[in-house]
Order: sequence, then C-alpha cells, then structure tokens
Amino acid sequence: MSDQVSDQGGLTIHDRPNSYIGRGVPRPNARRLIHGRGTFTDDIKLPRMVHVAYVRSPFAHADILSIDTSAAEAAPGVVAVVTGAEFAKRITPWEGVLTHLQGMRSPPQYPLAVDRARWQGEPVVAVVAETRAQAEDAIELVQIDWKELPAATDMMRAMDADAPVIHPEYGNNLCWERNVDVGDVDAAYASAAAVVEDSFVFSRHTGVTLEPRVIVADYNAGEEKLTVYHATQGPHMIHAILSKHLDLPEHCVRIVCKDVGGAFGIKVHTYGDEIGAAVLSVMLKRPVKFAADRLESFTSDIHARDHRIEGKMAVDKDGRITALEIDDITGIGPYSMYPRSSGIELNQVLNLAGGSYDIGSYRARGRVVFQNKPLMCQYRAVGHPIATMLTEALVEKAAQASGIDVLEFRQRNLMADDDYPRNTVSGVPLEKLSHHAALAKLTGMIDYDGLRKDQAASREKGVYRGIGFASMIEVTSPSPAFYGVGGAPISAQDGTTVRLDAKGNVIVSSSVTEQGQGAESMLAQIAATAVGVDMANVRIITGDTEMTPYGGGTWASRGTGIAGEATVRAGRALREQVLEVAGIMLQSDAGSLDIRAGKIVDADTGNERMDLAEVGRVVYYRGDTLPKDYQAELVATRHYVPKAYPFAFTNGIHCCHLEVDTDTGIVKILGYWVVEDCGTVINPLLVDDQVRGGVVQGIGGALYEECIYSPEGQLLNGNLADYLVPMAFEMPDIEVGHVSTPTADSELGAKGAGEAGTAGAPAAITNAINDALMPLNARLTINPMTPERILNAIGKV
Amino acid sequence: MTETARLPEVEVSLTVNGERVTRRIEPRMTLVDFLRLELELTGSHVGCEHGVCGACTVRVDDEIVRGCLMFAVQADGTNVVTIEGLADGGSEDDLLEAFRERNAVQCGFCTPGMVMTASDLLARYPSASRDEIREFLSGNYCRCTGYQAIVDAIEKVSQSRAGGGR
Repeated sequence: MSDQVSDQGGLTIHDRPNSYIGRGVPRPNARRLIHGRGTFTDDIKLPRMVHVAYVRSPFAHADILSIDTSAAEAAPGVVAVVTGAEFAKRITPWEGVLTHLQGMRSPPQYPLAVDRARWQGEPVVAVVAETRAQAEDAIELVQIDWKELPAATDMMRAMDADAPVIHPEYGNNLCWERNVDVGDVDAAYASAAAVVEDSFVFSRHTGVTLEPRVIVADYNAGEEKLTVYHATQGPHMIHAILSKHLDLPEHCVRIVCKDVGGAFGIKVHTYGDEIGAAVLSVMLKRPVKFAADRLESFTSDIHARDHRIEGKMAVDKDGRITALEIDDITGIGPYSMYPRSSGIELNQVLNLAGGSYDIGSYRARGRVVFQNKPLMCQYRAVGHPIATMLTEALVEKAAQASGIDVLEFRQRNLMADDDYPRNTVSGVPLEKLSHHAALAKLTGMIDYDGLRKDQAASREKGVYRGIGFASMIEVTSPSPAFYGVGGAPISAQDGTTVRLDAKGNVIVSSSVTEQGQGAESMLAQIAATAVGVDMANVRIITGDTEMTPYGGGTWASRGTGIAGEATVRAGRALREQVLEVAGIMLQSDAGSLDIRAGKIVDADTGNERMDLAEVGRVVYYRGDTLPKDYQAELVATRHYVPKAYPFAFTNGIHCCHLEVDTDTGIVKILGYWVVEDCGTVINPLLVDDQVRGGVVQGIGGALYEECIYSPEGQLLNGNLADYLVPMAFEMPDIEVGHVSTPTADSELGAKGAGEAGTAGAPAAITNAINDALMPLNARLTINPMTPERILNAIGKV
Repeated sequence: MTETARLPEVEVSLTVNGERVTRRIEPRMTLVDFLRLELELTGSHVGCEHGVCGACTVRVDDEIVRGCLMFAVQADGTNVVTIEGLADGGSEDDLLEAFRERNAVQCGFCTPGMVMTASDLLARYPSASRDEIREFLSGNYCRCTGYQAIVDAIEKVSQSRAGGGR
C-alpha cells in the first residue's frame, strides 16, 4: 500500500504480509457479550459487599436546615447513614476549572451537598445497607428540613440583575466568557450582497447509556489499598482523582474496568455518588457498590448541549461567505464538572463554527453560566452538532439568499483540498482535509437530481419532502492541548505492551478501554499484523491500571489514532526481539527473517524455518542453550502522543432525505448518506457502525431527546417512556462511504471516527426539514424538532 | 415503618435453563433481580426498570417478557430461559453467529435482550421484512449500533433458515 520506509528500519505497518489492516473481521470480544457472558460492573459481587443508595435533593435550590438519620439507621439491614457534612471531613473538594480557559471559575465541590443543594437530584445523604432494596427502603426514613430557595434555571435569565446568584461570592452566575475576533466582520457586512441570521436553540439532552453508571469500591485495610471496579472511559484519570482527593498514594489505588455498557462521554467525569462509594469503602473497610437507577441517571448523569445562539453570515455578490458571527450562551448547572470542565463544549462551538469553509472574518462571543440544573459536560461529539448545525443552517440560508443551489454554494466555499496545512477561521490548525472529494463521493452515492424532481412532484400532491446537507469537521486524537495544558490529570498519550507467551501467542495490554467501539479488535488487528500472527493467537487486556501501561483511555475518538500507533510500534519491537532470538537459533541474519502467520520464515521466499512456539520454548525453558552473553527479551512497551497538531481533524458530509407529515408533524427519514474521511481504516465494519450509531444519536438530538424542566427546576420526563430515544422502527438504513486522507503524523495514519455521525446529523436533518417546509414559509432552528414544534412552525397549532 | 414493612418471604419453584430451582424470596423481588441476584445469571441486564428498554428480556414458557415487569413469584411453576440457556442450548447458534459476524453488538448491554427478542421474532415470523424486523425490535433500546447491524443479522438468519441453510 505505501512505499514509505519507517525510521525504525524495515517496512511500515502497511507493508506487512497477511495484514488485518482494513479488514472487517469480527471483534474478538463479541461472542461473550452476545452469549450473556460479559462482566459488567453491576455483575460483580464481592465478599462482605454492601450497597449504597442516596437521598437526593427534591429541590433545585434549597438550604439543608437539619438532617435526622436515626430512623434510617435503625432500619433492617442498614450499615451506615452518612451525611454530606461527614463526607466533607473525609475528602478534599475538587474544582472543575481548566487553567487554559482563562478566567473560568467554579467553586470547590464535595461529593454530596453539605449545607445547600443546588440541583434536583444532587446527592445529600448516603445510606449503606446489606442489599440495595434495604438501602432504598431506608432512604425514605431520612428526615431533612429544607428551606427552598429561588432557583436560577433559565440560562437566558441567569445573568439578569435580579437572578438568584448560585455562588454569592462570585456576584453573578458567570462561569466563563470567551471572545474571538478575526478579520473585519463589520466591513464584510457593509459590502455584503446578503446577510442572513437565525436564532438557534439546542435543548438539554443526555447520554442515556443503557447501562447506568456503576462502581464497586473495595478498600482493603490490611493492604491499605483501594481497588475500584468502575464502568469508566478513563481508568487512569479516575485513579489519579481518587488518589488525590482520598489522599491515598497512587500506587495504593487500582482501577479495574470490565465491560462498559455504553459511555459516549457520560462515564468520564467525577460524580459525587461514585466518589462517595469509594469514601464509604474506606470508612467501612469493606466493598461498597453504587449502581444508579434510571431516574438517578436522568438527574445526575451529565447533561449536554443547552445552548442558545444568535448566528449571522454575510455573503458577497459571487456567493462567497465573507463573515460569520455568533453569540452563544450555555447553561452548565451549578458547578463546572471536574476535571474536564464544563467550558469545553462552548469552546468547541467557538473553535468549530465555520470550520469547513474559507471565511474571511469571524466574530464570536461565548458565555458559560451557572444554573440550578444538573451539571453539563462533554457528551459524544462535544460542541460539534451545535457548531455544525448553526453553520450549515446559515450556509443553506445564504445559498438561498444568493440564488445558488446548496451543493454549488458549498463547492464555492468549502476549503480547497489542496490548500493544507492551514487554519480554521477560528485559528485551529488543520493538517489535511478532503471536503471537495467527500462532496464528490456523496453526490455519486445519491441521485440528487432525482431527489429534487421527486420533491417537486411530491409538492404538487401536498407531500412535503426535503433534502438537507451538512459538511463537517471532527476533532479526534487530541494532544495534551485539550486537557493536559489546563492542569487536568488526563493523559493524552497511550501505551501498549506486547509480549510473546511460551506457546507463541501474543498478549497485548493497552491503556485504552472498550465500551463497544471495537477498541480491542483494533488493538488485536494491529498487533497481529505488526508481529505477524493470526488474530486467534492474540489476547487483549484493557481496563486495569495495575496491568496496563499509563494512558488516557477511550474518549474524543482517540483510541485508534493514539493507542493504535503505540501498538504498531510495540508490535514491531516484539517482532524484532523475536527475530533476534530466532536468528541466533537458526544461525541466520535476523534481517533475513520475518514472522508470518505465527511462523519464523525466510523473508525473501516465505519458506518456513521454525514455529513461534519454539522461540517461546527455548527462551522461557532452555535459556541455557542460547549464547552466554545474550539475554533474550520477548516483551516490548511503546507509547505515543500526538505532537505535530493539537487535534487530528477529520471531515465528512451528510445528506438526509425525509418527509414531513404536515398533519401530524411527524418526520420520516427516507434516506441517509454519510461520507467520512478518518484516514486509515483499520476495520471498515466497525468504522461504518460507529458512523451509523453516531448518526442515530444525532437523530435523537434533532428529533426526540430533551430533558424537560419546570421553571422551578424539576425534571418532568425522567424516565424512558417520556424521554424519547431513537428506537429501531423509526430509524433508517444509513449508507456510509469513505475518502481516505491518512494523517502523516503517525505511521498508521488513522484518525478517529466516533463523533462524525453525531456531529453532522442534526444539521442535515434540520436543513432537510426546512427544505421540506420552505413552500409553507416555515423554518425551525430549534432541536429537537418535535411534532408539536413542527406544527407550530407551519401554523397548525 | 409501616410504609416500608415487608411481606414475609415466600417459596418459589421454577425451571430455569433446564434446571429446577427453589428459593425463598421477598414477594416484591422482580424476576430479573431473582435471576441476577439469586441465581447469578447476570446475562439479563437491568436498564430502565420500567419495561421500556428490553435489556431484561427473558422467555417465560412460550412468551418473551420483561424481567423487570414480572415478579419472581409470578414465575412460580414456569419454565424460564435466559440468554445463558439460549446460548448453551444450541438451537440458536446461527443467530448468535450472525450477530458476531455482522458486529450486531457494540457495548453488549442490550444484546442479550436483543437476541432473546430476535429469537422470538424468527420463530413467530420466519420471513419478516426489514420493516417488520424493525417494528418487532421497537421495544429494545440500543444506544450504540443505530440498529442497522442488528436488523442485518436477523434478516440474514431469516433468509438462511428459509433457504434451508440452517
């Protein structure tokens, strides 16, 4: 495939014989999940294990006047009842501030509310009992005297002079503000042929992982060691946090992450109820399990989005975009989430808006405000759906104002494929993207003229169909510029250890984790290819901070780009070690040998010389037969951290074809197409399904999902019957195509693919609905576009 | 204490995956908690505890049910099959293998319930169309896959069984 020769000598990963790179092989860990033999954290049962349930605040904002725990303490099975004030004596608080987001502020936060609760659902008192049911029984017996306070729930009013101030020491509810001003926006307006504007509303929604958050903390007082079984995306991150805030030495903490039932950014934060379980385990010197139920998930998992944006775009007489301006306000709950902060989504919106286009000027204001709702933080495609929708909605509006077809308008304005490296208008460096190639690929997949003809013919019959597009860029494989520079204990590097066992099998341990994306398949495919063995002879170990190298984990589409590259390097190092021993055993030059399908072969002819198991046998059992001055090594560890660019940006384009029922407001998606460029594809089966799953999550945000709150800050739809998620019947088949622009920053050339679907879908669907409703002079710029909102827009209700 | 006073334990006897089991349990215990906590059959998962997500789907006699909406005492005298029993039984190997080959599983939390539902679907409607498969699965929530891979896998088994390829 590639004629590039690596500086380590020999050919690259792309030249290996019997390569698994680019093959849609089944995942090695799939069968046990399908057979019900996985181990999710709630499946873990330890000797003497007890269960914690939490009394949670029924109010969005209230003072705790007194707590009476006596009846709960006397209830059957209860082991301990612990208030927030008692927790505060046993743990240091955290602050969700990143120092590179200059001026950000958030006060110290404890795992449970101490004297004031600041959102409905905030944990207040922990009840520990022999069974979960007993703990839940007893929480009803905890008596709390509350004094309800006025709540700041509407983020648009959170900065008003008369708004309740959540942290009085700050004087107002501002957490952080960022401004960007590039080029001369006002001059662009003055000379524009057209200026288009929209007000956008992105409602709060949440991750709704099917497996709720869960943790089992096991403090062994004899060892003075805390072992934590945790459904997490970042074992080393939570390891560092527990060590720091429980004041335990780092080497006396171990995080074990077994199977994780979906994460999407939900399971990589510091949740008081989870940290509380660890504190209780240290207190009680026995294992403590916390498993959130569905209501607790809705009221205490991080929420996402919740942005209101004014957007404005100028175009000149040639149909070229000359200016983009946005003013974004987002409500993040009463604290910034630790340690990633709740400023990153807004920061991403400001970085990514207009990011596919050649735009001369850009002005943006972003404000992050506190409010009495659950904490908001990074959920799949952080900021991308917002930036993409506001940009793409304005792009299609500007195209219409210019009298130019929406695809032709994009061709005029998308960054040229041969104009890299360059920066986005917001100043973010881009290595190389392929917007025009992706658009060309997409137009080859859809029958655009046919869809337009069908649209016109359907309108004659009173049937409203629309076609919407969205070009997008996607942040993947972040360097330390994302979190590390801001002081967070979040590693941007990853490591992989590869070793040969005595029978010639390859054991791989890596710092990334598996939540279903196929990280273990990716690692196995790369390791098998780099070493030269069958995948069936590879065993993958992830999710254990005592057994794997140090690294960031799995989030921000970083596993393949970063841990994949570390695995390329570790696998090659092991191959070189094996060939060195084999060369001695066979009295041949190691450079003349190779490993293929688990055999030592002559590199030139492919003739088999020896089984790998023979290398294992001699090295492990008969080292006496090797030269006296030679010590064989059959294990290698390599790490990798991206350095050349802060992010490995990818790009893609979506197209949605749909029909709006103007009597019911119901949207039916008729067709959906995506072209994605994530560089080198390791496993097309997994990549395509990452894109599809992402699109469906984006459809959820665009059409269904919303955490609906009363003005008092009460969640009104905290269950899966009232909070609608995408189900099989409403979802379309999704066609995925690829353009491949490998990153030259790594030998593997892979970039991430986990955000792309979610990033583009709301924009494509919004544009398609507005395209459908154009004859009715209706326009929606609010997500989700529920039937009620659609009927409202067309004046039916 | 009156509101939390509990009823005395009762004895239930049923057949689970071919084995006769008898336990004394609280009447309020759901079937899925019984399977997970009493029998340590952890393949059935608890996702919503109000009958929407389908992660706890198991077979009771001839019907698939939500393990969270049925009390264990209601299963007294019945024949229950969980994902563990289905996987070990051998009769659905083509379905299990189709899920693996098509990667109709990501995180795996919904998968046991999906497989139980798919097995029931294939028995009831052996030649279901893609739309009918999607409709039958509409009580099983999957956050990861977008459903297409699951529909593909079931469709493939349906076609292969119809063609005698079983």
